[in-house]
Parts: sequence; structure tokens; C-alpha cells
Amino acid sequence: MIRLERRPAPSRLWAALTPALAVFATMIAGGLMFALLGKPPVEAIRTIFWDPLFGEFAFYYRGQLLVKAAPLVLIAIGLSIGFRAGIWNIGAEGQYIIGAILGGGVGLAFYPMTGWYIFPLVVLFGAIGGWAWAMIPALLRVKFNTNEILVSLLLVYVAEQILASMSLGLLRNPDGNGFPGSRNLSAYEATANPELIAGTGAHWGVVAATIAVIFAYILMTRHVLGFQIKVSGEAPRAARFSGVNPDRLVIFCLGISGALAGLAGLFELTGPAGQISIDFNQGYGFTAIIVAFLGRLHPVGILLAGLLIALTYIGGEAAQTNLGLPSASIDAFQGMLLFFLLAMDTLSNFRIRFGRAKVA
Amino acid sequence: MTTEDSTAHSTALLTLEGLTKAYPGVVANDDVSFAIQPGEVHALLGENGAGKSTLVKMIYGLVAPDAGRMIFKGAPYAPAEPRAARAAGVAMVFQHFSLFEALSVAENIALGMEHPPRMRDLAARIRDVSEAYGLPLDPFRVVGDLSAGERQRVEIIRCLLQNPQLLIMDEPTSVLTPQEVDILFKTLEKLKIEGTSILYISHKLEEIRRLCDAATVLRLGKKIATCNPQEETARAMAEMMVGTVLQVPERKAHDEGPVALSIRELSLPAPSEFGTALKDISLEVRKGEVLGIGGVAGNGQDELTAALSGEQLSPSGSVFIRNDDLSTAGPAQRRAAGLLVAPEERLGHAAAPAMSLIENALLTGRTREGLARSGLINWTKSGSFADAIIARFDVRTPSARVAARSLSGGNLQKFVIGREIMQRPDVLVVNQPTWGVDASAAAAIRQALLDLAAKGAAVVVISQDLDELMEICDRFCALNEGRLSAPVPAAGLTVEQIGLMLGGAHDMHEATA
Amino acid sequence: MDLSSINPVLLVASIMVASTPVLLAALGELVVEKSGVLNLGVEGMMITGAICGFAIAVNTGSPFLGFVAAAVGGAILSLIFGILTQSLLSNQVATGLALTLFGLGFSALVGQSYVGIRPPATARLDIPVLSDLPVVGGMFFNHDIMVYVSLALVIAVWAVLKFTRVGLILRAVGENHDAAHALGYKVVRVRLCAIMFGGACAGLGGAYLSLIRVPQWTEGMTAGAGWIALAIVVFGSWRAPRVLLGAYLFGGVTVLQLNLQAAGLAIPVEYLSMSPYLITIAVLVVMSASKGRVRAAAPACLGRIFHAST
Repeated sequence: MIRLERRPAPSRLWAALTPALAVFATMIAGGLMFALLGKPPVEAIRTIFWDPLFGEFAFYYRGQLLVKAAPLVLIAIGLSIGFRAGIWNIGAEGQYIIGAILGGGVGLAFYPMTGWYIFPLVVLFGAIGGWAWAMIPALLRVKFNTNEILVSLLLVYVAEQILASMSLGLLRNPDGNGFPGSRNLSAYEATANPELIAGTGAHWGVVAATIAVIFAYILMTRHVLGFQIKVSGEAPRAARFSGVNPDRLVIFCLGISGALAGLAGLFELTGPAGQISIDFNQGYGFTAIIVAFLGRLHPVGILLAGLLIALTYIGGEAAQTNLGLPSASIDAFQGMLLFFLLAMDTLSNFRIRFGRAKVA
Repeated sequence: MTTEDSTAHSTALLTLEGLTKAYPGVVANDDVSFAIQPGEVHALLGENGAGKSTLVKMIYGLVAPDAGRMIFKGAPYAPAEPRAARAAGVAMVFQHFSLFEALSVAENIALGMEHPPRMRDLAARIRDVSEAYGLPLDPFRVVGDLSAGERQRVEIIRCLLQNPQLLIMDEPTSVLTPQEVDILFKTLEKLKIEGTSILYISHKLEEIRRLCDAATVLRLGKKIATCNPQEETARAMAEMMVGTVLQVPERKAHDEGPVALSIRELSLPAPSEFGTALKDISLEVRKGEVLGIGGVAGNGQDELTAALSGEQLSPSGSVFIRNDDLSTAGPAQRRAAGLLVAPEERLGHAAAPAMSLIENALLTGRTREGLARSGLINWTKSGSFADAIIARFDVRTPSARVAARSLSGGNLQKFVIGREIMQRPDVLVVNQPTWGVDASAAAAIRQALLDLAAKGAAVVVISQDLDELMEICDRFCALNEGRLSAPVPAAGLTVEQIGLMLGGAHDMHEATA
Repeated sequence: MDLSSINPVLLVASIMVASTPVLLAALGELVVEKSGVLNLGVEGMMITGAICGFAIAVNTGSPFLGFVAAAVGGAILSLIFGILTQSLLSNQVATGLALTLFGLGFSALVGQSYVGIRPPATARLDIPVLSDLPVVGGMFFNHDIMVYVSLALVIAVWAVLKFTRVGLILRAVGENHDAAHALGYKVVRVRLCAIMFGGACAGLGGAYLSLIRVPQWTEGMTAGAGWIALAIVVFGSWRAPRVLLGAYLFGGVTVLQLNLQAAGLAIPVEYLSMSPYLITIAVLVVMSASKGRVRAAAPACLGRIFHAST
């Protein structure tokens, strides 16, 4: 009989090991899934995890890595801060959309003017858009004690409708021959978010993500606020006893994650995506949840996890073209990864004992 | 000796032979053997952590022993689960965690039965049985609305409806007023006359001497002795239980200082549906004084603690440190002003269980110890603060880096109380400072509180342990249904007077006369 | 705009159809939450049920087998959640989210070859006399059998929770798992059963979407219905009859906005489409603002991890 026994303190060794083990288990289970779909399992796994980095076309894929990782890391850093405090913003997808719309809208209002100040302004409004959208669940939670999980998530569907409305109406390109979608913001010099170093894929979003990682690291390890966030998640009553104001923490955590999601949306809009269109959002806001957990809610871990998940995106695209693997299999793959991670998390909090069954 | 054992076998209701149960790092029960006779009230005596709970859990089928065997009514007995134990005729009244607050009395009782009758019939039986044993109960009331004493009745009735041959009671009087204890004892006497055996777990010696026919003493998981409590002195049993001679805290005479803490006509609504409202509470505590607040659990102790710590804010003009109105100040501001609090619940309230002692030192020590500057934490300084607490209060731990939950109850309590004392409070409020703490740690904590008062701090001790309050308090008052009685000098108070105060008799002239 | 194009008989009938998926899922989640477990994976289980039911119904030609497969599919997926949260003691919020993310990906994967196919039609229940009644017959007595199954389930869940011993044990486990354990009830086993019941119900709700309501398979077709079901459980303060009310209110709003879209109301389509979500949020706010009531109705152990320390 297998029993679980709580460890006196969480094991640091297992906490560091479990993500690697979970990735390994996912590779095996994913291989099985591909085999069931009639695809060569080993080749599929190699195409997803190996070829983008070291294969024939790695020079192209490597640049894509940072492009995909930047929004994931940016959003996941914000989410992880809230998750640490037990504040569950799962509507980052909506904040990502609204950030892009507000920032993009401000940028389009300046068209066709030029000026150095336009891009910073656009970035600022991207952050404000995401922040404001996250303030809805935050204020409802503080004022009325409404569950922020449900509200933030339901607002994603509202944001998607606003996105559709914007790309068909208010922000539609007047020179677009009636096609839905806004002007191309990456082609408009004042708002463009170009590749900063050729071949790396690094745009301003990558810079922002790097800054966010450093900022979050300092916040969580050195700053009183980070300490209060951790205590609130671990023991809410102890946090209140020590003097933490739970309402202010909700506002801060949802605000920061909303602002970072808004930034991610804006950098995507002004860079890789280019225009506001109906299918602008690609699910980064949801995938970032996986990234946050895979990175153990730790800033450095999230950085690594973001790169890994970006790799599965790119590898998945490659497997789609080379092996005819359905694109959805990557989503299932990522979901599976999260399952394995949560299952193995048990190892860091509990010892597994193989004991006798109860004497009956 | 062997002959005696075999005769015990033949007549005993329940015989335990060599029961052993080990948990990682601790042997909870080590080769425990004794027998309970029919119609006997048998006390199981021991300190917290002596292994009493584990032993009764084995008898009740919640835990399987690693070694040893039990014989019940002459046949081998090894219940795989509580249901089997109940079917065999063993029932248990728990100390904690066994009632469902949102369900009715009848529903709670039905859950404890294998084949409950229809609700209407069950309600009638509950009425009958509860009146027969002098424990009246309304079967359709929601348990969350009942007092602690009434809740215990629910548990007892639940057991009695099964006609058990052995009734296990875990610390049944810890939640009762002296008057309610009398009612309970009458019920138990009646059961005993009817032939029911009772295994009575307690650490209150006077109670055991009054009620029990036999007592088995456990210490550190081992059986020390089985004796007749009527023939032993309380002191002798205490020494069996503790193993050493206990030190009584020293008290130094002191002068009355100026008022340090005052509460003026504080009223607060109940924070939750099952909470207690505070009603018109007024008190003054002087520098150098220890004020004791007694009362049965659930009469507003937690609410009063929260109102003092600042977790619950009060209308302005109700809480003062010296002459500063702190009614609307949060916990951090109150700490800065010199009002420190140690709440009852160690894990999850006074300390974060999964966090290290260093982090837990920082939890309340940040402001007064200067552990953070302009928002940035000084981990080195926090570490030395934690080390200082550990050294001065003799907290047994491998290092300050271990998680709070890995400490034993007594050690963590010493850390929590020590953390506040080390910050040199002007006023210290402690709620249940020695609850679930072994005797030596409890003595150390009481001594530390007295020393603090001797240095000129005002100390408020909220406790359900009346012996503790009588031992260390200068003045005593009682909390009953959210009302606080007027304080009276502790010296010379009798148990009867205290009982009347706890029961809500506010006419103190009568009580002190 | 032409409001006269809205036929009241069809309106009521379509409200019942539109409400059934969320009603089924919400009833399942109600039972899960009553046992003290918060499963946020309703959306994932619904969409898994939608594709499982669709695939089996298309391959066998039997909508009945399709619904059975949907219930089984939802239950199996929920069992993953059950094992993770009950046996491996993982965080319920995170695991529920994982379930949703995995369900969305998995269903899209399986569903690739089913896009654009029409499923076999589910038979309507033809009740003699009642179905032929004017107006009322068309409104209430001319539906597929699943509508009545969902209504029967409302009564069953209500009665079982209120009057039976199974219901009492379930509520006890959700109120105080330590006490239930001390009395010898198998907390984990009770919760696993509740979780699988919830999964089966969510699966049925999903299959109702893909087999009857829409009826076809599209990726992500549940479009938040699972989340709305979660909100409806809160709205219904964990009581089956009020969950029915909540689901039908939501269905009413959905159908009404679709009818208004068809009638060419001057409000842009997108704003009408978002109205069910906005109204759900508004209802959540109203419910949670009435202080104490919701919290008192919620099972005391909701979302808390149970680990028998002995």
C-alpha cells in the first residue's frame, strides 16, 4: 500500500527536479499519444524538442524562440505573483486583448504623424488597457467579494467580442478595401516594434520580459511586498495578523498581472502580429498559466519554462508541416505537461511510503 | 502478577496487550497494556504528546497498531474502521472536529449511526434519551448555533443512542464551565450504574480523583502505572505524568503603575455567522500587572484578540494605549505603538506553517526590530533576530531555517511568545499561551510572562485554563457570551466564585462575598 | 427591426434547449461542490463530452450511445482530476485549470476529422395528448428526451441531497471532512464518486451542445459554457431548484439576444453576443454582495485539501 506522509518542510531538491521529470514523462505520454494517432513517436518528439534548436533549419527557428517566449514570460511573471498570494487571475487573455486594443488605438490616433514619443505612449496605454481590464475583477472582489476566477475568465469572452467589434468597426483600416482588421502597426514607423538585433527575434517585448523577470526576482526575494504576497498565499490569517491589507494586495496583484498581459498584447500587436484582427489572440494568456506553474512560480523558473513552451510551439508548427501532426496536439501536449507537473508536485511536499496495509 | 493478569482477562471488558504504534521520528505508543473492567470509569492520564490520542484512535479503529492486540468481551478485537468499533459496542466523544456546524442536531446524530431510523422517529428518540440523562436538546436546531456545552451533548447523545458498552471521552471538560461539569458528571455516574464502562482522557487530576475508579498514566508513549486515583495524591499522579518535580512560577511583588491599555465600552458585531459579538467591553490594565481573562471557548476570546491586534478595527474612542486612540489603527501601527499580540492558533495565524523561523520572525518583528529599510528586507538581521529568540527561549530546533510546522507545539509556542516578548512590548496580549503545550514549556512560558510584567509591561492573558490564570494573574475577569465581567483580585478566589463568573453571574458582590 | 418575427412558442422552446447544457453541467458541479471539491475543469469536461459524444454518435449512428460515451468521457477526464486532487493532494484550482486546458486541446485533436459533419438526429419525445396541446405543447412537450432528463436530474439531485442518507453523507463530507473521517466515512471515496458524477454530467451537457443544440462539431464550441455553469452554482447558492432557475435565466438571455440579432436590433452583434457573459458577471456580483448569505450556503470545506494525518 502506498501512503503519503507530509514532509516537515517542502523538499527543495524535489521542487527543482519535478519540472524536469514532468517534461520527461510528458515526452513519453506524448509519444504514446502520437503513436495512437499513427505518427512516428520518436520522430515527432525529436521534431518538437530537438530540431528547432539543433536541426537543419535551426537558424530560422531560434529567432522564433524569443518571439514566442516573450509574451509567455511577460504574462506568466504577472500571473505568478498573484498565484503566490492565492489570487487567481485566469483572464490574462482578455487583458492581453484589451491592452493591444487600447495601445493600438492610441497609436492609430496618431497616424500618420511621426515622433519619438509615440511609441512610449502606445506602450504605456497598452499597459493601462490590461491594468484597467484586470481592475474589474479586482474591484468586484474587494467591494463585493466576487470570485475573481470566474469574473476574470468571463471577461475574456467579453474582450473577444470587443476585439471583433473593433476590427470590424471603429479601428478598421479605412484603406483596407473593406476587409476586417486595422492598419498595420508594425508597418507604421512611429509604432513599430522591430527586431532589435537581426536574427535573434529580440524585440522590445523581449527586453520588457527580461526586465520583468529581474523586477519580479527582486520583489519576491528582497522586498517586503513580495514577502507579504508569499505569506498571504501560505497562511492568509497570519498575513492579516502581521498587518497585510488583503484588499490592497488583490488590487496590486491583479493590477500588475493585467498590466504585464496588456504589455504583452501590445508588443505582439506592434511586432509579430501587426494589426488588430478578429483572430489576433492566440491563447498566450492561457498557456502562460502552464508556464507559471512549470516555472514553479519562480521568476527564473518562468524564464526557462517560457523558453521550453515556446519551443513546443515552434516544434509543433514544424511537426505540423513535416509530419502532418494536428496543431491541436500541442495544446493537449501542454495540458498533459501541467497534469504531470501537478502530480509530481506531491513529491516535494510529501514522502511516498510503501507500507503495509492496515492490520485488519 | 501473571495470575492477576489472567483473572483480569476473564472479567475485563477490554484488555490491551503490548499495543505499539510508531510514526516517523516518534514512537507514539510503546508496548502499552492495561484492562478496563465493566462498569468502571477508567482514566487515561498524560501530558499533551504522551500518546493518549493515538491509543484511543487504535481502540476506535482510526489507526491500526503496529504490534500488540486487543481483547474485547473475551474475543480478539481489531476494528478496521470506526464503523466496526461502533458495531462492537465502542463509542467515542471527541474533543474537536466531530460535528457538522451547518447540519441539524438530528442530522449530526444520524451520521453517527449505522442504520438511523426515519428523521421524525430519530428526533423523538433524541428528545427521550436527552431528557432521561438530563441533557436536554432540540433535535432540529443547527449545530453551529449551539454553545460548546450543548455541542458536547450532541456528541454524547450520539454515542448513547448506540447503547455502547465502552464510552471513550477525550478531554470532555475542557470546554465546560464548572457548573456544566457537574451536570456531565451526574450523567456519567448514571451511565456507570447502568453498567457502561468509560475511558476518560484528561490531564486534570482533581477531576480524575473525583470521578474515576482506576487511572492509567502514560508518559512519552509508555505506560508508567495503573493506579487507584482515590488512593493517590494529586501531586503523586502529577509527578508520574510529568516525570519530574514541577517548578511553580515565581512572582515578585511590584507596585501598581500607570494605565497602559484601556478599552472603553467596546462593542463589535459578530464577524461571521457562527462568531460572537463583543458587548460593551471595558477594562484597564496597568504597567506591571497581569490581567487574566477566563472563559469557556467560543465566548468571544478570538474576537477580543482580533480587536486588540488590529485585525478587526473598532469604532474610534474604544482602544487606547496610554492616551493614544488606536481603535482604527491596523496591526502594524499598533505594534509600533507598543501593543503586541500572540493569538491562540499557532499554525496559520501566529505563524505561517510552511515558512522558515526566519521568515516567521520577520512576520511581526519587521517594524520594531528594524528588519526592513525602505521596503527592502535585511535577511541577515532577520536571521539574527530569529536566532536570538531561539537562544533566549530555549526553542529546540535544528536551525532557524526549518519550517515552523516541523516544530513541536511547545517549541513553536515558545518561539511565538518569545518573538513578541523580545520586541519589548508595553502591552502584551496572549490568547491560550499554553494550549497543547507540554508542562515544562508551559512553565517556561508562564515564567516569561511574569518576568515581562516585572519589567513594567502590562500583560493580558486570555485562557481557558483556570489553574493557569490563578497561578499568574493579579486580577481576574470572565468573558461570557461576548461580555466581560468586572475584574476582581485573583488572590483568594474560589472555584465556585469563578464558576459563577464564567456562567455569566455579573453580580460580583455575591461572587466575592 | 422586426420584433414580430419572434415567435413566443419557439422562443420558450429554444430557451429550454439553450439552457439544458449549462443546466446539466451545473447540476454535476453542484454535487461536486457539495462534497467540498471545487472543480474548475467543467469547461474541459464539457468539451471532451461534446467530442466523445459526437464521434461515437457519428460512428454508430446512435445518439443514445453518443450520450453514453459523452458521460463516460467526461467521467474519465474528471477521474484524472480526482486522482490528482484527492490522492496526490494537488491544488484544486490549478488542477481544474489544467483539466480545462487539456480538454480543449485534446478535443480539438480528436475532433479534427469530424469538422463539418452532421450528427444523427436525436429523437423527439412525442407525448400523447400533451405534445398536441396548442401553444403549451409546442413550448414544453415537444423536446428531445435530454431536456426531460435534465429536468428529472434537477429533482433527483434535490431529493437525494435533502432526503437520503447518501445525500447526508455527501453534505457531511463537504461540511467537515475531518469529522466525517473521524466517524469512519471514506472522504476520498465519496469525493471521487461526486467528481465522476460531475464529470459525467458535464460530458452530457457538452454532448447536448454538439449533438442537439448546434448540432455539429467546432473547435472550442463550448465557448465558456462550463464557466457559466460554475457561476450558476454560486448563483443557485448550492441548491438544485435555484440552479435550474439560474440556468434558464442564462438560457433566456442567450436566446433573447440571438433573437434580437436576427430581428436586426440597432445594437451591434458583438455587444449582444457579450451580454450573457456580462449578465452572468452582474448576477455573481449581486449574489456575492449579499454578505454572509453566499458564504453560509457554501460548503465549509469547499476547495480545501483533505489529508488524513493518521
